[in-house]
Amino acid sequence: MKRNTLARHVREGIKNIGRNGWMSFAAISAVTIMLFVVGVFALVILNMNNLVSAVEDDVEIRAFLESDTDAEEQEEVMQDIAAANAVENVSYLDRDEGLDQFIDSLGSEGAVYESIRDENPLNDALVIEASTPEHTEALATAVNDYTAIETVEYGESILTQLFTVTNYLRVIGAALIIGLLFSSIFLISNTIKLTIISRKDEIEIMKLVGAKNSFVRFPFFIEGLLLGVIGALIPVASLMIGYFYLYRFLDVQIPFITMVEPFPLVWQLALILLGISIVVGVWGSQMSVRKFLKV
Amino acid sequence: MIEMKKVGKTYPNGVQALKDINIHIDKEEFVYVVGPSGAGKTSIIKLIIREVVPTEGTIHVNGTNLGDLTKKQIPYLRRKIGVVFQDFKLFPKLSVFENIAFALEVTEEPPDRIKPRVMEVLDLVKLKNKTRHKPRELSGGEQQRVAMARAVVNRPAILIADEPTGNLDPETAWSIMGTLEDINHRGTTVVMATHNSHIVNHLKKRVIAIDDGNVLRDEWRGAYSYEA
Repeated sequence: MKRNTLARHVREGIKNIGRNGWMSFAAISAVTIMLFVVGVFALVILNMNNLVSAVEDDVEIRAFLESDTDAEEQEEVMQDIAAANAVENVSYLDRDEGLDQFIDSLGSEGAVYESIRDENPLNDALVIEASTPEHTEALATAVNDYTAIETVEYGESILTQLFTVTNYLRVIGAALIIGLLFSSIFLISNTIKLTIISRKDEIEIMKLVGAKNSFVRFPFFIEGLLLGVIGALIPVASLMIGYFYLYRFLDVQIPFITMVEPFPLVWQLALILLGISIVVGVWGSQMSVRKFLKV
Repeated sequence: MIEMKKVGKTYPNGVQALKDINIHIDKEEFVYVVGPSGAGKTSIIKLIIREVVPTEGTIHVNGTNLGDLTKKQIPYLRRKIGVVFQDFKLFPKLSVFENIAFALEVTEEPPDRIKPRVMEVLDLVKLKNKTRHKPRELSGGEQQRVAMARAVVNRPAILIADEPTGNLDPETAWSIMGTLEDINHRGTTVVMATHNSHIVNHLKKRVIAIDDGNVLRDEWRGAYSYEA
């Protein structure tokens, strides 16, 4: 293709958006709305996942040591456990520290237990984090077999329930996003199809005047690309800015909800949304033109 | 220039538009194809520009057997044939200038040569003062002339006009005929489908009469019909 012709196609593609004003508006609106919905859902589900992972990561095993173990034995057990594959991290928790933590975790009601500080019922403990939360149960059983370990605690009943719930949440989230993505791709490409079907006659005339298929297609390629880019502008910008400010707001107001850091997340999301929008725009326009080229 | 041998055309819906058409048209001829509505005139035009393919027979245009034409070669055939369609087939959203320029753009003509050439043909059809108008802002006769300008802008070897005087007042019709003759005198083969008996009988040319998908008559300087 000559450079002049390429320039002509780009010019025509841009002009066509104006010439078909209302249809272009409809297509751009469809892109805008669907990308916005997809973007919001993606952010919500990502953060939900993040929250769930944070809860799962909090799961730890406390293995209380027999009170008659000496430092050497403790060190040996600790290194042995640390060497296991399923173990992420092992730390030693002094019985006094353990009591402090326990009292702290109860907040103001913990004061009641201040009185037993002199006769601390707790033993020294090893705090073990599993490499994946699902390994916790098996790991706990294995740790319990050491003679130096008296008891093991890891919140058995809650843990199984938690994993059931979080797995469901993940599956539902993924299904929602995929479903939403497909329906928006369908909707956007359909709207673009409509803008082209209304120009069926023009495509026929082009062919009858002696235009090659590529000559007819190229301006539509540019047009689809531009519809995608323009349609993505508003949702991408508003989601980026909105998420950034929401993150800052919640960070101060509700600190225990840990959101995913806005950077580089918003950039990644922007790129993905823009990419989807361009691909769907171009694909939608090219597929619909193809039908009318058989003249 | 145009040769049809034993051409038949049956459309997918079962309509048999052409049965056994044998036509030979030479270079620089001016030919009327006459016949009542539904006789098969438009089908002949569609066959020549390879908008449809014949169910039987062979067609040669400009020395090319259309049956051998690949899909990629069709645009090049159409650029050598200017067609004034019955319904004009102008781009409704483009101006008069852009409508005509389009036919040059498809041939990848350099942009600096497009404008002078478009103005040249607009001069030929006397529409130089309406370059920026959209088709719907023009009268039927003016739209007809835009269609004609677009058909000749590529200097085609063949000009085909489908009912170019249909729905026009006699005066406009005659001015269109003047333009067609003018184009013919410059060396372009002109094939004109019409049922305007007045023009055919007064501006004597070769007449090919079609009825019911067959060639009824083919006469040099013929009349629209025997009764006329």
